[in-house]
Amino acid sequence: MTAADLLGFSFCAVVGHRLRTLLSLLGVAIGVGAVVVLTALTEGARTYVSEQFASLGTNLVIVVPGRTETTGIPGLGGTPNDLTLDDAVAVARAVPSIRRVAPIAMGTESVSHGDRTRQVALIGTTPEYRLARQLPLALGDFLPDDAERRGTPVAVLGANLAGELFDRRNPLGEVVRVGGWRMRVIGVLAPQGTKLGVDFDETVFVPVVTAMRMLNRQSLFRILVEVNAHQDLDRAREEIRRIVTLRHGEEDVTVITQDAVLTTFGSILDVLTIGLVAIATISLTVAGLGIMNVMLVSVSERTREIGLLRALGAGRGQVLAAFLAEAVLLSTGGGLLGLALGWMLVRLLVHLYPALPASPPGWAVAAALLVAVAVGVVFGLLPARRATRLDPVSALSGR
Amino acid sequence: MIRLEGISRTYQVGDRPVHALQGIDEVVTAGEHVAIMGASGSGKSTLLNLIGCLDRPTAGRYWLGDREVGLLGDSERTLIRRHRIGFVFQSFHLVARLTAVENVELPMTFGGVGPRERRRRAQEALAAVGLAERADHLPDQLSGGERQRAAIARATVMAPAILLADEPTGNLDTRSGGAILDLLQRLNDGGLTLVVVTHDPSIARRADRVIVLRDGRIVARAAATDVGRVLSEILGAESPGADDPAEDDQ
Repeated sequence: MTAADLLGFSFCAVVGHRLRTLLSLLGVAIGVGAVVVLTALTEGARTYVSEQFASLGTNLVIVVPGRTETTGIPGLGGTPNDLTLDDAVAVARAVPSIRRVAPIAMGTESVSHGDRTRQVALIGTTPEYRLARQLPLALGDFLPDDAERRGTPVAVLGANLAGELFDRRNPLGEVVRVGGWRMRVIGVLAPQGTKLGVDFDETVFVPVVTAMRMLNRQSLFRILVEVNAHQDLDRAREEIRRIVTLRHGEEDVTVITQDAVLTTFGSILDVLTIGLVAIATISLTVAGLGIMNVMLVSVSERTREIGLLRALGAGRGQVLAAFLAEAVLLSTGGGLLGLALGWMLVRLLVHLYPALPASPPGWAVAAALLVAVAVGVVFGLLPARRATRLDPVSALSGR
Repeated sequence: MIRLEGISRTYQVGDRPVHALQGIDEVVTAGEHVAIMGASGSGKSTLLNLIGCLDRPTAGRYWLGDREVGLLGDSERTLIRRHRIGFVFQSFHLVARLTAVENVELPMTFGGVGPRERRRRAQEALAAVGLAERADHLPDQLSGGERQRAAIARATVMAPAILLADEPTGNLDTRSGGAILDLLQRLNDGGLTLVVVTHDPSIARRADRVIVLRDGRIVARAAATDVGRVLSEILGAESPGADDPAEDDQ
């Protein structure tokens, strides 16, 4: 009895009971479909997050003042040194793999022009920032290179901020008040939207020295470092840590890579995926029990047929194979149906929410299908064995 | 061809043993046509199942040809059924979702005959029973007589040594039943050993000889010409209504 004979025979048997077959197909299909849709969504979320990060620049290292570990003896030390502009300059000079360094001072200020006032985020930085964060300009220029640290009173507005203050008029050359300071507008950013929680459209940019004076601070909020290539990240991080530690006399900064943040997101999504696998396992187990039930009914309904097959010279192995093939046909058919349904649902979701790049990953599709086949084998085994254990004589008489 | 020595078959029903067959000694030679008669529960179907290697005797020895087969394991008995024995049942036992020709192909499928060869031989077998025109019909599109002819084609397509028929005309009207008996007779004339279980004396009369069972024992043997007399002595005398023709003797 060849595989083709087996499949042909089982296919006939499966097709003979349309409704029952359809229902057990549906059981598996829902499980497999759920896997396809949910993994597509998680992968979509993963892609979305990494695209967000990528749109904010790649190969970035961030220096944060203060340490995450608890150090020092209480009463002695413990107060971190300021992270200064000189630190930023030193880092830029000393680490060869660095492409650009942008010091960042940050606060909140009200920006006003005429009788309009708007409360926005203030970022004090250098021209390097725009390049590292890959922010395109709509009008004018970004901040000047303030190497002499004069604290020029110029400002670059986020798209939304400019729109609110100036409507459709050209803000270039106009004077706005930022906090108590008068600043000349020299540029406007193109609309960015919110990226990783920062709304660049509602931000005013000023030179870093200006910002530190306005905010009356000595310490930077962050130093943003872009390295030349991805493989330089880890070494650059270590060198930056070493240099700042050397300058401060103690290790009082935290150096993280943007990749590390991304990795954290990744591990959250991994947990989601594990939860998903658990749900899928449960739903496919239920589907498998459904198949087992259908096969048990099939075996008891076809007792006479099994007796006949045995009388005609079918061996136990052949009867086992026939019923197993039937169960596997059901589960595989259900799996394929589930893939199709899941795929259509994903297409629909992508159509409705084009921002989410949802697409089922290949491994999930392959695994779902494999598991579906395995479900057929595992849950078909008990009914199939029951079929082989029937005594031919009693089976023939339907007992 | 068939030699039975002291064959017994005991079933356990609850905690009480039921002796379906007790001490059966019988020899059927090749090409013979033997009828087994008896009332319901006399053990005639049990005997047929034993001869057909569907069942194993509790005691005694059974030779098929020159091989002792009574106590063989399941897989060896499967092979014997596949190649040496053909079964014809009262209720035809065609697989309802398969066409006539597919039903005939079944034993060859198990025997590993290739699809093309299988189809050719199945068509031949159907032609031999006069059913070539109806090969692609499903069983429920066939009359009772046609179904039984398809079943006979299936039973003979593997060229078995013995054809076992259990009430082959029990579900048929007289006319199509007669045609089936003629067909079986023709197969027997061609050299096929034929064992028919029946309760109908007119069918038994067509056999070379008749074995009469009662309560699991052979109570009479007769040449076909003597059937009437033997039956009236053995069965008819005690309870004329004992044989209900509608009853399936299992």
